[in-house]
Parts: sequence; structure tokens; C-alpha cells
Amino acid sequence: MADVFTLSLVFSSIRLATPLVLAALGGLYSERSGVINIALEGLMLAGAFTAAAITHFAGSPWIGLLAAMAAGVAVASIHAVVCIRFKADQVVAGTAINIMFLGLPAVLSAALFLSSGSTPQIPKEQLLPALAAYAPGGLASLRLLTDVSVMSVLAVILGLVTHYVLRHTPFGLRLRAVGENPEAADAAGVRVTRFRYAGVLLSGAFAAAGGAYLSIGQASLFTRNMSAGRGFIALAALIFGKWRPVQTMLACLLFGFAEALTIQMPGVVKLPSGEDIPVQFIQMIPYIVTMVVLAGFIGQSRAPKALGIPYDKEQRV
Amino acid sequence: MKAPLRELLFPVVAVLAAFFVGGIIVLLIGDNPIETYRLLIGSAFSWPDGVGYTLFYATPLIFTGLAVAVAFRCGLLNIGAEGQLYVAAFAAAWVGIKGGGAGIFLLPLCCVAAVAAGAIWAGIPGLLKARFGSHEVINTIMMNFIAVALVSYFTQYHYKIPGDPILQTAPIDPHGHLARLGAIIPGLPQRIPLNFAFVLALVACGVVYVFLWKTSWGYELRATGSNPLAAEYGGVSVRRQVVLAMAISGGLAGMVGIHEVLGYRHRYYDGFSDNYGFTGIAVALLGRNHPAGVLAAAVLFAILQRGGVPVDAFTQHVSKDIVQILQGLVILFVAAEALFRGPLARKRVKPAVASGMSGTVAEP
Repeated sequence: MADVFTLSLVFSSIRLATPLVLAALGGLYSERSGVINIALEGLMLAGAFTAAAITHFAGSPWIGLLAAMAAGVAVASIHAVVCIRFKADQVVAGTAINIMFLGLPAVLSAALFLSSGSTPQIPKEQLLPALAAYAPGGLASLRLLTDVSVMSVLAVILGLVTHYVLRHTPFGLRLRAVGENPEAADAAGVRVTRFRYAGVLLSGAFAAAGGAYLSIGQASLFTRNMSAGRGFIALAALIFGKWRPVQTMLACLLFGFAEALTIQMPGVVKLPSGEDIPVQFIQMIPYIVTMVVLAGFIGQSRAPKALGIPYDKEQRV
Repeated sequence: MKAPLRELLFPVVAVLAAFFVGGIIVLLIGDNPIETYRLLIGSAFSWPDGVGYTLFYATPLIFTGLAVAVAFRCGLLNIGAEGQLYVAAFAAAWVGIKGGGAGIFLLPLCCVAAVAAGAIWAGIPGLLKARFGSHEVINTIMMNFIAVALVSYFTQYHYKIPGDPILQTAPIDPHGHLARLGAIIPGLPQRIPLNFAFVLALVACGVVYVFLWKTSWGYELRATGSNPLAAEYGGVSVRRQVVLAMAISGGLAGMVGIHEVLGYRHRYYDGFSDNYGFTGIAVALLGRNHPAGVLAAAVLFAILQRGGVPVDAFTQHVSKDIVQILQGLVILFVAAEALFRGPLARKRVKPAVASGMSGTVAEP
């Protein structure tokens, strides 16, 4: 059993936590401003597809990443308009986007690449690089640098930046106010809708970046439904992390660890009888962990007060 | 405009708007929208194949649509119908394989197994919500993944015929078979898989209607969905309603297992569901969470599903995934109800993406 706790597990956990961190941070911006964003899954898929497709044509992962973030903003704007302008049920709207993005990438890839849902494979040089790409010659073979992606570092930095922005900048303060007490914020002159749009659009950019990492950082192409529930796991991490950046990142690390186990355990950890554990049970681990975490901690977790309630200026007393 | 008429108009406008945007997407990929839609819808109306297959596809959607609708009436979003129908189908197959000795009781036993399995699978997230407050959306989705893995495990390691390359169980005992409608409808050949589960689906619609609107239990469920605080004040245990609603919802979703295992393949075939669970969400929303609406919406989606095959085959670029996009768009437009309040009098159909409805005041 102890054989599974190797350095590979650590690096795996970091690698697998990265898309979760990006998506969860995205969810954080949206939800702190008061808009539930269940569409993280669909946004990740949109980002993953766009990144893979654009990188194929452009040859550079960074252009692919930027394109993915733009796509994320575009899709998130749909969610934003439907929820903020038209005050739709936010969970339903998010679900609609998720359903759409089960199908839309396949149609586009069929049109662009004549394939059944996957994009063409991207050569290794054009993928998001590991840290080793930026290290001086002598250090470049260090495991720490070859096994950790640039995106992982970026994700952590963005998390810390988010913490700072929310706590110590006027933008962050207003964003939070709009999510806690939009009436008071409105009375104080803060444009509620503008900040909510900002929150949702940012969530689109972040979640799509997380998706981009999946297709051009971790894998080398886009496959159907490749996010496999990560958008929802990110949401669970957000709730577990009490909607705070640093705690959310740690929660993502926990889920990344659970997923890393599914990769490292088969063949390594065996049943007491010596047989292999059926792979399906190992696959279940991240999802069971999510449910247990949600059950155990939701009670102590406090959501932004106005989360999920569309703001209607006319209803202000 | 009169309220019931307006209720009917929303789904129609939503569907039209979805088709409009879908048409633009088709245009952008390089195909002719009119042609595509003609293929999509046309193939459903021939007899016997068109009608037979369409109703066959509609059956599981009626079940999952009812499932989501009932949960919605209690204020819950059951995204787990996919997982629930998988465990239910497997349960039906398991009883069907093991219970050969039960003779004529096997068929009802399998049905009970399917409904019970679905109810339990949905009841778990229901319990988690009632007890811990954890959101049923995330939990039901997690249960979907767990269900797929669990059922796959049992099929692969215990119930597969050794040497069979396909991941499916052994066939069930013939006593568990549910007859095809071709056996009693003249003019409907037996090769069409439309079976009695369709009749069961129609019955289920009626039962759900009576339950929700003509019984006190149904009233309590709806009250919980409308206003949980008021319901609690009125003596209804919201916690109990949540678990009950999820269980009923899961049981309904589980009936897909009856259709699939008992009426069609007569075994459990891994991965048989063509997104029935998620499409059920679209069906429920389009049908305004009412059994009659669910029935109509299920048939509509079945028409689209049937049409996906010729669209895939006969167009240059469009694949059958356009169906899923249309479904997502339909949900989006149904969700954005407020969009249609103001300009409804002038019947302007504008996709939700384009904003700019300046000056329209949202009605209270």
C-alpha cells in the first residue's frame, strides 16, 4: 500500500489539480459576485476544444490558450446575459450550456477536421511547456522542472492574485459587495450588473483556461467530453474552500490527489488477497471523495449571501 | 394574453428560437439549414418505421422527463437520471438472469427491481441533501459516474459470458421478456422494437398527473417546491419530501431499464443509454414539468433523435450531434423565460444572445 506514495504521486496530484484550480477560481469570481455558475464543465470543454483546434492551426499553444480564453468569455457571456439580463434560473441556464457543449465541439470538429469528435494530435513542441523549458541548461533535467507544467505555476499565481484582488482592491471589494448585498451596493452607487457581468466573464476565461490545459497541456488533443466531470468537482472544491481562493486551491489539490490515485493505484495497490483491485472501483474514488467532502463540510460553509438571486432593481424597497 | 395560452406559447417560441440559432450554426458549418431540418424532421412520420421507431425512442425520454419533472416540482434538479437508469437496468437484468425459477412472476419482479434500484440511487443524493444540505446537482452527477463504473464492474467481472467480446450480460430468462407492440397492433411488424414499455410510459404520465394534482401527497410535494418555508410552516416535512421526491424521480428514471432490458435487448448492454438522462432534463423543461408537456416534448426529441441518423449520413458536414446542440439551445431559451414576456405581443423571436431589448419593463 505504501508503494503508491511516491514522488510521482505528488507530481501527478499537482498536474491533475491544475485544471481544477483554474476552473474553481473561475467559479469563484462568478459566485462571489452572486451568480451561480454550474456551466464550468461546459466552459472547460469549450476551452479545451478551442485550444486544441487553434493550436493545430496556429502552431503555438499560447495562441491556443488565448483563443480558448476568448471562447470562454464568449460562452460565459451567454450565461451572463441569460442570468443577469433575463433573470433566468441560474442552475438551469448553466445546465443548458453544459448540455450544449456535449454536442457542439463534435459538430465543429466534424466540420473542421472531418473527425467524429476529436481534434488532430498536436506535436509535443506545440504543447504548453513544462517549467524545464525555461530553466537554464544544467537544471533542466530536474524532476521538479520537467514534471511540473508552466500552467500549474500560473494557476497558483492566479490564485494568490485572486486572493489579493478580492481582499485589497476596490474592484474586489465591489465584486464581493455585489454578491453579498446588492441592494446596499446599488444604493452606494456600485453598478451591480456590471460587476456581475465581470464576475461571470472572468469565470469563463479562467474555466476555459483550465480546459485548455486539459487538451494542450496534459493531453495533446481534444476528445469528446474530456473534462469528465471536472467542472463539477471544481465547483465542489469551491464550496469546500468556502469560496476563498487559497482554501479553494487546497481543496483542488485534495481532489487532484484523489484523481492521481486512480492513475497510480492500479497494479500497485492490491487487495489483501494479492489480486488487483478492479479498475472501476479506483475510478470511483474522486467522485466518492467529492460527495463525502460536500456532505461533511457544506454546513459550515457560507455562500455569498445573494448567490443565485437575480438582482432586480425594481424590486428594491 | 391568457395565462394557459401563454404557457403553451413559451415552449413553442423556445423551440423556434432554438431551431433558428441551430440553423445559423448549420449555415456556418457549410450546410443548408432547410435541407438539414427537412432530413431531421421528415423521417419520423413514415409508417411503420418512422412512427414506430420514433415512439420507441420517445419511451425512455418520457420516463426520464417525468423523473426530472417530478423532482423539479419539489424544487430539485435531478441530473442523475443517467446513473439511475443504468443501475435500474442492471438490476432488472440481474433479477432476470437469476430469477428463472419465478416463472410468470419474473417479469413483475424485474420491473420492481428496476424501479427500486433507481429509487435508491436517487434517494442517496436526496438523503444527502435533506440531512447535510449538499447540493443535489453535484451529488447526482457524481452518482452518475459512480453508477457507470459500478455497473461496468459487475458486468465485466461477474455477469458477462466468458469469451464474449462485447461488454454485456448473459441474456435474461424468457419469462422476463416484455412483448413488442407488433404482437397486438395489426400493421406493425414485429421487427420494430416498440414494446409495451411505451404503454407503461403513457400510464406513468397519467399516474404522475393524478399523484401530483389529485392527491395530498402530491400537493405536499408541490408545496415544498413552491415555497419550502411556507410548506414547513404548514406541517409538511421538507426533508421527507426531498427524499421522497428524489426516490420517486429515481424510480421513474429506473423504468427506462424496463424498456431497455425487458422490452428490447433482453440483457444488460453496457453503455446502452444515448444520453437519455440529460435529454430528460430538456424534455422536462420544455414540457413545463407537466406530464402532458413531457409526453409532447419527449416525442419531439424522439423525432429529432430519429432524424439524427439521416442528417449524419446525408449532409456534408453536420453530424448527429446537432441534435444535442438543439436540445441545449431549447433549454437555454426555455430558461430565459423573461425574454419572451415583453415582446410576446409582437411575436419577435430573438435569440437570447442578442441583447438590446431596451425599454421593456420586466413584469412583476
